[in-house]
Amino acid sequence: MGVGIKVDHLNAWFGKVQALHDISMEIAANHATAIIGPSGCGKSTFVRCLNRMHETVPDARASGKVRIGDLDIYNGTAAVTVRRRIGMVFQKPNPFPTMSIYDNVAAGLKLNGFHDRKRLNEIVERSLKLSALWDEVKDTLRKKSGASLSGGQQQRLCIARALAVEPEVLLMDEPCSALDPISTGKIEELIFELKENFTIVIVTHNMQQASRVAEFTGFFLLGKLIEFDRTEKIFTTPSDKRTEDYITGRFG
Amino acid sequence: MRTRFQQELDQLRTRLLRMGGMAEQAVDRACQAYVDRDLNRCHMVLEGESKINEAEREIDELAFDLLAMQQPMAVDLRFILAVTKINSDLERVGDQAVNIAERVMDLVELPKADLPVDIARMAAAASAMVRRALESFIEGKAELAQAVLEMDNVVDRMRDDAFINLVKTMNERPDVTRQALDALLVARNLERVADHATNIAEDVIFWVRGADVRHNAQQENPPQEITPRVTGN
Repeated sequence: MGVGIKVDHLNAWFGKVQALHDISMEIAANHATAIIGPSGCGKSTFVRCLNRMHETVPDARASGKVRIGDLDIYNGTAAVTVRRRIGMVFQKPNPFPTMSIYDNVAAGLKLNGFHDRKRLNEIVERSLKLSALWDEVKDTLRKKSGASLSGGQQQRLCIARALAVEPEVLLMDEPCSALDPISTGKIEELIFELKENFTIVIVTHNMQQASRVAEFTGFFLLGKLIEFDRTEKIFTTPSDKRTEDYITGRFG
Repeated sequence: MRTRFQQELDQLRTRLLRMGGMAEQAVDRACQAYVDRDLNRCHMVLEGESKINEAEREIDELAFDLLAMQQPMAVDLRFILAVTKINSDLERVGDQAVNIAERVMDLVELPKADLPVDIARMAAAASAMVRRALESFIEGKAELAQAVLEMDNVVDRMRDDAFINLVKTMNERPDVTRQALDALLVARNLERVADHATNIAEDVIFWVRGADVRHNAQQENPPQEITPRVTGN
Protein backbone atom coordinates (compact mmCIF):
# COMPACT_ATOMS: atom_id res chain seq x y z
CA MET A 1 0.00 0.00 0.00
CA GLY A 2 1.03 3.58 -0.61
CA VAL A 3 1.87 5.95 2.19
CA GLY A 4 1.41 9.67 2.60
CA ILE A 5 4.27 12.15 2.26
CA LYS A 6 4.64 15.10 4.58
CA VAL A 7 7.03 17.83 3.53
CA ASP A 8 7.95 20.50 6.09
CA HIS A 9 9.92 23.63 5.25
CA LEU A 10 11.97 21.94 2.57
CA ASN A 11 14.75 24.03 1.04
CA ALA A 12 17.23 22.89 -1.60
CA TRP A 13 20.37 24.38 -3.06
CA PHE A 14 22.75 23.79 -5.95
CA GLY A 15 25.91 25.32 -4.51
CA LYS A 16 24.88 28.85 -3.55
CA VAL A 17 21.82 28.91 -5.73
CA GLN A 18 18.63 28.15 -3.85
CA ALA A 19 16.34 25.99 -5.98
CA LEU A 20 13.52 25.37 -3.49
CA HIS A 21 12.19 27.79 -0.92
CA ASP A 22 10.39 26.62 2.18
CA ILE A 23 8.11 24.02 0.63
CA SER A 24 5.49 22.52 2.93
CA MET A 25 2.79 20.20 1.70
CA GLU A 26 1.07 16.92 2.41
CA ILE A 27 0.77 14.38 -0.37
CA ALA A 28 -2.11 11.96 0.05
CA ALA A 29 -1.50 8.21 0.13
CA ASN A 30 -2.84 6.14 -2.77
CA HIS A 31 -3.56 9.17 -4.90
CA ALA A 32 -1.73 10.76 -7.81
CA THR A 33 -0.34 14.23 -7.22
CA ALA A 34 0.89 16.26 -10.19
CA ILE A 35 3.63 18.85 -9.95
CA ILE A 36 3.45 21.50 -12.65
CA GLY A 37 5.31 24.71 -13.42
CA PRO A 38 7.55 26.33 -16.03
CA SER A 39 11.04 25.03 -16.77
CA GLY A 40 13.45 25.79 -13.95
CA CYS A 41 10.73 26.23 -11.34
CA GLY A 42 12.14 23.48 -9.13
CA LYS A 43 9.60 20.73 -9.74
CA SER A 44 12.17 18.06 -10.66
CA THR A 45 14.40 19.16 -7.80
CA PHE A 46 11.42 18.77 -5.51
CA VAL A 47 10.71 15.16 -6.46
CA ARG A 48 14.42 14.36 -6.37
CA CYS A 49 14.43 15.59 -2.77
CA LEU A 50 11.70 13.08 -1.96
CA ASN A 51 14.02 10.13 -2.60
CA ARG A 52 17.29 11.84 -1.74
CA MET A 53 18.53 11.89 -5.28
CA HIS A 54 19.07 15.63 -5.13
CA GLU A 55 22.14 15.14 -2.93
CA THR A 56 23.81 12.97 -5.60
CA VAL A 57 24.58 16.16 -7.56
CA PRO A 58 27.94 17.67 -6.47
CA ASP A 59 27.46 20.71 -4.18
CA ALA A 60 23.72 20.07 -3.89
CA ARG A 61 22.08 20.01 -0.47
CA ALA A 62 18.69 20.17 1.14
CA SER A 63 17.25 21.15 4.50
CA GLY A 64 13.88 20.61 6.12
CA LYS A 65 11.84 17.56 6.89
CA VAL A 66 10.35 14.92 4.62
CA ARG A 67 8.37 12.04 6.07
CA ILE A 68 7.44 9.14 3.83
CA GLY A 69 4.89 7.30 5.90
CA ASP A 70 6.67 6.81 9.23
CA LEU A 71 10.14 7.27 7.75
CA ASP A 72 11.92 10.56 8.39
CA ILE A 73 14.14 10.46 5.29
CA TYR A 74 16.56 13.25 6.22
CA ASN A 75 17.05 12.20 9.80
CA GLY A 76 19.44 9.30 10.14
CA THR A 77 17.93 7.13 7.41
CA ALA A 78 20.30 5.68 4.83
CA ALA A 79 19.67 6.97 1.29
CA VAL A 80 19.53 3.38 0.00
CA THR A 81 16.73 2.53 2.43
CA VAL A 82 14.81 5.59 1.25
CA ARG A 83 15.21 4.73 -2.42
CA ARG A 84 14.07 1.18 -1.83
CA ARG A 85 10.74 2.51 -0.59
CA ILE A 86 10.45 5.11 -3.32
CA GLY A 87 10.63 4.07 -6.95
CA MET A 88 11.44 6.55 -9.67
CA VAL A 89 10.71 6.71 -13.38
CA PHE A 90 12.48 9.26 -15.54
CA GLN A 91 11.69 11.31 -18.61
CA LYS A 92 13.67 9.13 -20.98
CA PRO A 93 13.21 5.37 -20.65
CA ASN A 94 16.52 3.99 -19.37
CA PRO A 95 16.44 0.19 -19.40
CA PHE A 96 19.79 -1.57 -18.94
CA PRO A 97 20.55 -2.11 -22.64
CA THR A 98 22.52 -5.33 -22.38
CA MET A 99 20.15 -7.06 -19.98
CA SER A 100 17.14 -9.14 -20.98
CA ILE A 101 13.64 -7.92 -20.15
CA TYR A 102 13.57 -10.35 -17.23
CA ASP A 103 16.90 -9.19 -15.84
CA ASN A 104 15.91 -5.54 -16.18
CA VAL A 105 12.92 -6.12 -13.90
CA ALA A 106 14.84 -8.34 -11.49
CA ALA A 107 17.90 -6.07 -11.34
CA GLY A 108 16.93 -4.14 -8.21
CA LEU A 109 16.10 -7.28 -6.28
CA LYS A 110 19.26 -9.11 -7.34
CA LEU A 111 21.30 -6.07 -6.37
CA ASN A 112 19.78 -6.37 -2.91
CA GLY A 113 20.93 -9.96 -2.69
CA PHE A 114 17.59 -11.56 -3.54
CA HIS A 115 18.19 -14.80 -5.43
CA ASP A 116 15.19 -17.06 -4.78
CA ARG A 117 14.52 -18.18 -8.35
CA LYS A 118 10.85 -19.09 -7.91
CA ARG A 119 10.04 -15.93 -5.98
CA LEU A 120 11.97 -13.84 -8.52
CA ASN A 121 9.87 -15.31 -11.34
CA GLU A 122 6.70 -14.43 -9.46
CA ILE A 123 7.80 -10.88 -8.77
CA VAL A 124 8.92 -10.28 -12.38
CA GLU A 125 5.58 -11.55 -13.68
CA ARG A 126 3.59 -9.52 -11.15
CA SER A 127 5.58 -6.34 -11.88
CA LEU A 128 5.20 -6.72 -15.63
CA LYS A 129 1.47 -7.33 -15.18
CA LEU A 130 1.18 -4.26 -12.97
CA SER A 131 2.93 -2.19 -15.61
CA ALA A 132 0.62 -3.62 -18.30
CA LEU A 133 3.55 -5.03 -20.30
CA TRP A 134 3.26 -8.74 -19.48
CA ASP A 135 1.08 -9.77 -22.43
CA GLU A 136 3.42 -8.08 -24.89
CA VAL A 137 6.68 -9.59 -23.59
CA LYS A 138 5.85 -12.84 -21.78
CA ASP A 139 7.14 -15.02 -24.63
CA THR A 140 10.44 -13.19 -25.05
CA LEU A 141 11.31 -12.39 -21.46
CA ARG A 142 14.80 -13.85 -21.54
CA LYS A 143 15.45 -13.65 -25.25
CA LYS A 144 14.98 -9.97 -25.92
CA SER A 145 16.94 -7.11 -24.41
CA GLY A 146 15.21 -4.16 -22.79
CA ALA A 147 16.60 -1.90 -25.48
CA SER A 148 14.82 -3.84 -28.24
CA LEU A 149 11.40 -2.67 -27.04
CA SER A 150 9.58 0.40 -28.35
CA GLY A 151 9.85 3.67 -26.41
CA GLY A 152 6.47 3.18 -24.74
CA GLN A 153 7.28 -0.42 -23.85
CA GLN A 154 10.69 0.63 -22.48
CA GLN A 155 9.00 3.15 -20.22
CA ARG A 156 6.58 0.50 -18.94
CA LEU A 157 9.59 -1.78 -18.43
CA CYS A 158 11.20 0.93 -16.30
CA ILE A 159 7.97 1.19 -14.32
CA ALA A 160 8.00 -2.61 -13.82
CA ARG A 161 11.63 -2.36 -12.67
CA ALA A 162 10.67 0.32 -10.17
CA LEU A 163 7.68 -1.69 -8.92
CA ALA A 164 9.65 -4.93 -8.49
CA VAL A 165 11.26 -3.72 -5.26
CA GLU A 166 7.76 -3.08 -3.91
CA PRO A 167 8.03 0.62 -3.16
CA GLU A 168 5.29 2.57 -1.42
CA VAL A 169 5.74 5.69 -3.51
CA LEU A 170 6.36 6.05 -7.23
CA LEU A 171 7.93 9.28 -8.45
CA MET A 172 7.54 9.98 -12.16
CA ASP A 173 9.53 12.80 -13.72
CA GLU A 174 7.85 13.65 -17.05
CA PRO A 175 7.36 9.95 -17.83
CA CYS A 176 5.54 10.54 -21.11
CA SER A 177 7.40 13.44 -22.63
CA ALA A 178 9.31 11.16 -25.02
CA LEU A 179 6.30 9.02 -25.92
CA ASP A 180 3.64 9.12 -28.63
CA PRO A 181 -0.04 9.66 -27.70
CA ILE A 182 -0.86 5.94 -27.69
CA SER A 183 2.02 5.02 -25.37
CA THR A 184 1.17 8.08 -23.28
CA GLY A 185 -2.41 6.83 -23.00
CA LYS A 186 -1.18 3.45 -21.77
CA ILE A 187 1.04 5.01 -19.11
CA GLU A 188 -1.82 7.24 -17.97
CA GLU A 189 -4.14 4.23 -17.72
CA LEU A 190 -1.43 2.54 -15.73
CA ILE A 191 -1.09 5.46 -13.32
CA PHE A 192 -4.78 5.15 -12.67
CA GLU A 193 -4.48 1.49 -11.78
CA LEU A 194 -1.26 1.85 -9.79
CA LYS A 195 -2.86 4.36 -7.45
CA GLU A 196 -4.62 1.50 -5.72
CA ASN A 197 -1.32 0.22 -4.37
CA PHE A 198 1.08 3.13 -4.57
CA THR A 199 1.28 6.84 -3.90
CA ILE A 200 2.19 8.59 -7.12
CA VAL A 201 3.90 11.92 -7.63
CA ILE A 202 4.18 12.94 -11.26
CA VAL A 203 6.07 15.90 -12.67
CA THR A 204 4.61 16.96 -15.98
CA HIS A 205 4.77 19.79 -18.48
CA ASN A 206 1.55 18.56 -19.99
CA MET A 207 -1.32 20.17 -18.15
CA GLN A 208 -3.92 18.00 -19.83
CA GLN A 209 -2.02 15.03 -18.49
CA ALA A 210 -2.03 16.45 -14.98
CA SER A 211 -5.76 17.05 -15.22
CA ARG A 212 -6.36 13.53 -16.53
CA VAL A 213 -4.37 11.50 -14.02
CA ALA A 214 -3.95 13.44 -10.79
CA GLU A 215 -6.40 14.16 -8.00
CA PHE A 216 -4.14 16.88 -6.61
CA THR A 217 -1.90 19.38 -8.34
CA GLY A 218 0.83 21.65 -7.02
CA PHE A 219 2.01 24.65 -9.02
CA PHE A 220 5.66 25.65 -8.59
CA LEU A 221 7.19 28.93 -9.66
CA LEU A 222 10.75 30.15 -9.04
CA GLY A 223 11.32 27.41 -6.47
CA LYS A 224 8.18 28.18 -4.48
CA LEU A 225 4.98 26.22 -4.13
CA ILE A 226 2.45 28.80 -5.23
CA GLU A 227 -0.72 26.75 -5.01
CA PHE A 228 -1.66 23.22 -4.06
CA ASP A 229 -5.22 22.03 -4.35
CA ARG A 230 -7.55 19.50 -5.90
CA THR A 231 -6.77 19.23 -9.60
CA GLU A 232 -10.20 20.32 -10.80
CA LYS A 233 -9.92 23.45 -8.66
CA ILE A 234 -6.46 24.28 -10.05
CA PHE A 235 -7.59 23.92 -13.66
CA THR A 236 -11.00 25.57 -13.39
CA THR A 237 -10.80 28.18 -10.64
CA PRO A 238 -7.26 28.56 -9.31
CA SER A 239 -6.92 30.85 -6.30
CA ASP A 240 -3.66 32.51 -7.27
CA LYS A 241 -3.33 34.82 -10.27
CA ARG A 242 0.12 33.36 -11.06
CA THR A 243 -1.34 29.86 -11.34
CA GLU A 244 -4.08 31.13 -13.62
CA ASP A 245 -1.61 33.05 -15.79
CA TYR A 246 0.55 29.95 -16.17
CA ILE A 247 -2.16 27.42 -16.95
CA THR A 248 -3.87 29.76 -19.41
CA GLY A 249 -0.58 30.31 -21.22
CA ARG A 250 -0.26 34.00 -20.35
CA PHE A 251 3.33 33.37 -19.32
CA GLY A 252 5.79 30.51 -19.16
CA MET B 1 1.45 34.50 -24.32
CA ARG B 2 -0.88 32.63 -26.68
CA THR B 3 -1.55 35.61 -28.93
CA ARG B 4 -3.62 33.83 -31.55
CA PHE B 5 -5.80 32.20 -28.91
CA GLN B 6 -6.37 35.56 -27.22
CA GLN B 7 -7.35 37.07 -30.58
CA GLU B 8 -9.85 34.27 -31.11
CA LEU B 9 -11.30 34.82 -27.64
CA ASP B 10 -11.69 38.51 -28.53
CA GLN B 11 -13.44 37.50 -31.72
CA LEU B 12 -15.81 35.29 -29.74
CA ARG B 13 -16.55 38.18 -27.39
CA THR B 14 -17.20 40.58 -30.28
CA ARG B 15 -19.54 38.15 -32.03
CA LEU B 16 -21.51 37.51 -28.86
CA LEU B 17 -21.89 41.24 -28.26
CA ARG B 18 -23.09 41.72 -31.82
CA MET B 19 -25.64 38.99 -31.27
CA GLY B 20 -26.63 40.56 -27.94
CA GLY B 21 -27.26 43.81 -29.80
CA MET B 22 -29.52 42.02 -32.28
CA ALA B 23 -31.52 40.25 -29.54
CA GLU B 24 -31.91 43.45 -27.53
CA GLN B 25 -33.06 45.35 -30.62
CA ALA B 26 -35.58 42.60 -31.44
CA VAL B 27 -37.20 42.90 -27.99
CA ASP B 28 -37.29 46.71 -28.22
CA ARG B 29 -38.85 46.57 -31.68
CA ALA B 30 -41.46 44.00 -30.68
CA CYS B 31 -42.47 46.02 -27.61
CA GLN B 32 -42.62 49.25 -29.58
CA ALA B 33 -44.75 47.39 -32.14
CA TYR B 34 -47.11 46.43 -29.28
CA VAL B 35 -47.40 49.99 -28.05
CA ASP B 36 -47.86 51.49 -31.57
CA ARG B 37 -49.73 48.48 -33.09
CA ASP B 38 -47.08 48.66 -35.81
CA LEU B 39 -47.04 45.75 -38.27
CA ASN B 40 -43.87 47.00 -39.96
CA ARG B 41 -41.85 46.54 -36.82
CA CYS B 42 -43.37 43.08 -36.37
CA HIS B 43 -42.08 42.08 -39.80
CA MET B 44 -38.63 43.46 -38.97
CA VAL B 45 -38.53 41.26 -35.86
CA LEU B 46 -39.57 38.17 -37.81
CA GLU B 47 -36.98 38.86 -40.51
CA GLY B 48 -34.26 39.46 -37.93
CA GLU B 49 -34.79 36.06 -36.30
CA SER B 50 -32.87 34.12 -38.94
CA LYS B 51 -29.85 36.42 -38.46
CA ILE B 52 -29.91 35.75 -34.73
CA ASN B 53 -30.15 32.01 -35.33
CA GLU B 54 -27.24 32.15 -37.76
CA ALA B 55 -25.16 34.16 -35.29
CA GLU B 56 -25.93 31.57 -32.59
CA ARG B 57 -24.68 28.77 -34.82
CA GLU B 58 -21.47 30.64 -35.74
CA ILE B 59 -20.67 31.44 -32.11
CA ASP B 60 -21.21 27.80 -31.10
CA GLU B 61 -18.94 26.64 -33.91
CA LEU B 62 -16.16 29.02 -32.92
CA ALA B 63 -16.49 28.07 -29.24
CA PHE B 64 -16.46 24.38 -30.15
CA ASP B 65 -13.31 24.86 -32.26
CA LEU B 66 -11.55 26.72 -29.45
CA LEU B 67 -12.43 24.00 -26.94
CA ALA B 68 -11.12 21.30 -29.26
CA MET B 69 -8.04 23.07 -30.61
CA GLN B 70 -6.82 25.19 -27.70
CA GLN B 71 -7.72 23.11 -24.63
CA PRO B 72 -8.53 26.22 -22.59
CA MET B 73 -8.09 26.21 -18.84
CA ALA B 74 -9.36 28.17 -15.86
CA VAL B 75 -10.66 31.65 -16.72
CA ASP B 76 -10.48 30.96 -20.47
CA LEU B 77 -12.42 27.71 -20.08
CA ARG B 78 -15.03 29.43 -17.92
CA PHE B 79 -15.27 32.26 -20.46
CA ILE B 80 -15.96 29.91 -23.37
CA LEU B 81 -18.50 27.90 -21.39
CA ALA B 82 -20.22 31.12 -20.32
CA VAL B 83 -20.27 32.35 -23.93
CA THR B 84 -21.98 29.19 -25.18
CA LYS B 85 -24.65 29.48 -22.49
CA ILE B 86 -25.17 33.22 -22.98
CA ASN B 87 -25.38 32.53 -26.71
CA SER B 88 -28.24 30.13 -26.15
CA ASP B 89 -30.03 32.59 -23.85
CA LEU B 90 -29.71 35.40 -26.39
CA GLU B 91 -31.19 33.22 -29.09
CA ARG B 92 -34.15 32.53 -26.79
CA VAL B 93 -34.50 36.28 -26.13
CA GLY B 94 -34.83 36.60 -29.90
CA ASP B 95 -37.52 33.88 -29.84
CA GLN B 96 -39.45 35.79 -27.17
CA ALA B 97 -39.32 38.91 -29.37
CA VAL B 98 -40.78 36.86 -32.22
CA ASN B 99 -43.56 35.58 -29.92
CA ILE B 100 -44.39 39.16 -28.92
CA ALA B 101 -44.43 40.26 -32.58
CA GLU B 102 -46.84 37.43 -33.41
CA ARG B 103 -49.14 38.52 -30.57
CA VAL B 104 -49.08 42.06 -31.93
CA MET B 105 -49.99 40.80 -35.42
CA ASP B 106 -53.03 39.14 -33.84
CA LEU B 107 -53.89 42.24 -31.81
CA VAL B 108 -53.92 44.72 -34.71
CA GLU B 109 -56.83 42.75 -36.19
CA LEU B 110 -58.87 43.55 -33.06
CA PRO B 111 -60.34 46.81 -31.75
CA LYS B 112 -57.99 48.71 -29.44
CA ALA B 113 -58.77 48.05 -25.79
CA ASP B 114 -57.72 49.96 -22.70
CA LEU B 115 -56.14 47.30 -20.46
CA PRO B 116 -54.85 47.46 -16.86
CA VAL B 117 -51.26 46.57 -17.77
CA ASP B 118 -48.25 48.75 -18.52
CA ILE B 119 -46.44 46.64 -21.14
CA ALA B 120 -44.14 49.54 -22.05
CA ARG B 121 -42.90 49.79 -18.46
CA MET B 122 -42.42 46.05 -18.19
CA ALA B 123 -40.61 46.00 -21.54
CA ALA B 124 -38.30 48.79 -20.37
CA ALA B 125 -37.45 46.81 -17.23
CA ALA B 126 -36.81 43.55 -19.12
CA SER B 127 -34.74 45.33 -21.80
CA ALA B 128 -32.72 47.11 -19.14
CA MET B 129 -31.91 43.74 -17.58
CA VAL B 130 -30.65 42.34 -20.90
CA ARG B 131 -28.63 45.51 -21.52
CA ARG B 132 -27.07 45.49 -18.07
CA ALA B 133 -26.33 41.76 -18.23
CA LEU B 134 -24.47 42.41 -21.50
CA GLU B 135 -22.68 45.38 -19.93
CA SER B 136 -21.52 43.15 -17.09
CA PHE B 137 -20.19 40.77 -19.76
CA ILE B 138 -18.38 43.60 -21.60
CA GLU B 139 -16.84 44.92 -18.39
CA GLY B 140 -16.25 41.46 -16.91
CA LYS B 141 -17.73 42.75 -13.64
CA ALA B 142 -19.57 40.34 -11.36
CA GLU B 143 -21.02 43.25 -9.29
CA LEU B 144 -22.91 44.54 -12.33
CA ALA B 145 -24.21 41.03 -13.00
CA GLN B 146 -25.27 40.71 -9.36
CA ALA B 147 -27.39 43.87 -9.75
CA VAL B 148 -29.21 42.23 -12.68
CA LEU B 149 -30.15 39.25 -10.50
CA GLU B 150 -31.76 41.62 -8.04
CA MET B 151 -33.86 43.24 -10.80
CA ASP B 152 -35.56 39.96 -11.69
CA ASN B 153 -37.98 40.14 -8.75
CA VAL B 154 -39.32 43.47 -10.01
CA VAL B 155 -40.24 41.99 -13.40
CA ASP B 156 -41.70 38.88 -11.74
CA ARG B 157 -43.96 41.12 -9.66
CA MET B 158 -45.04 43.03 -12.76
CA ARG B 159 -45.96 39.74 -14.43
CA ASP B 160 -47.96 38.63 -11.35
CA ASP B 161 -49.82 41.96 -11.24
CA ALA B 162 -50.52 41.73 -14.97
CA PHE B 163 -51.90 38.23 -14.51
CA ILE B 164 -54.25 39.21 -11.66
CA ASN B 165 -55.50 42.37 -13.38
CA LEU B 166 -55.93 40.85 -16.83
CA VAL B 167 -57.79 37.76 -15.57
CA LYS B 168 -60.11 40.12 -13.69
CA THR B 169 -60.62 42.10 -16.90
CA MET B 170 -61.45 38.94 -18.83
CA ASN B 171 -64.12 38.08 -16.28
CA GLU B 172 -65.60 41.55 -16.18
CA ARG B 173 -65.31 42.50 -19.88
CA PRO B 174 -65.66 39.41 -22.08
CA ASP B 175 -65.57 41.61 -25.24
CA VAL B 176 -61.83 42.29 -24.72
CA THR B 177 -60.85 38.75 -23.68
CA ARG B 178 -58.65 38.19 -26.74
CA GLN B 179 -56.83 41.47 -26.30
CA ALA B 180 -56.35 40.71 -22.59
CA LEU B 181 -55.09 37.24 -23.40
CA ASP B 182 -52.59 38.64 -25.92
CA ALA B 183 -51.41 41.18 -23.35
CA LEU B 184 -51.06 38.40 -20.77
CA LEU B 185 -48.94 36.34 -23.16
CA VAL B 186 -46.76 39.37 -23.95
CA ALA B 187 -46.27 39.94 -20.21
CA ARG B 188 -45.23 36.33 -19.89
CA ASN B 189 -42.81 36.68 -22.83
CA LEU B 190 -41.24 39.72 -21.18
CA GLU B 191 -40.89 37.88 -17.90
CA ARG B 192 -39.06 35.14 -19.83
CA VAL B 193 -36.76 37.76 -21.37
CA ALA B 194 -35.94 38.88 -17.83
CA ASP B 195 -35.24 35.25 -16.87
CA HIS B 196 -32.80 34.93 -19.77
CA ALA B 197 -31.10 38.16 -18.66
CA THR B 198 -30.79 36.61 -15.20
CA ASN B 199 -29.21 33.49 -16.71
CA ILE B 200 -26.74 35.68 -18.61
CA ALA B 201 -25.83 37.51 -15.40
CA GLU B 202 -25.31 34.19 -13.61
CA ASP B 203 -23.00 33.05 -16.41
CA VAL B 204 -20.98 36.27 -16.13
CA ILE B 205 -20.55 35.63 -12.40
CA PHE B 206 -19.45 32.07 -13.17
CA TRP B 207 -16.92 33.35 -15.70
CA VAL B 208 -15.50 36.10 -13.50
CA ARG B 209 -15.61 34.47 -10.08
CA GLY B 210 -15.81 30.79 -10.93
CA ALA B 211 -18.89 30.61 -8.69
CA ASP B 212 -22.11 28.86 -9.58
CA VAL B 213 -24.95 31.08 -8.33
CA ARG B 214 -27.73 29.32 -10.21
CA HIS B 215 -30.76 28.19 -8.24
CA ASN B 216 -29.18 29.57 -5.05
CA ALA B 217 -26.39 27.01 -5.38
CA GLN B 218 -24.04 26.76 -2.42
CA GLN B 219 -20.92 28.76 -3.11
CA GLU B 220 -18.72 26.76 -0.80
CA ASN B 221 -17.06 23.60 -2.07
CA PRO B 222 -18.75 20.36 -1.06
CA PRO B 223 -17.14 18.46 1.81
CA GLN B 224 -13.96 16.75 0.67
CA GLU B 225 -12.59 13.44 1.70
CA ILE B 226 -9.01 14.64 1.63
CA THR B 227 -7.96 18.26 1.62
CA PRO B 228 -4.51 19.12 0.27
CA ARG B 229 -2.61 21.19 2.73
CA VAL B 230 0.06 23.71 2.04
CA THR B 231 1.82 26.08 4.33
CA GLY B 232 4.62 28.55 3.84
CA ASN B 233 5.05 31.09 1.01
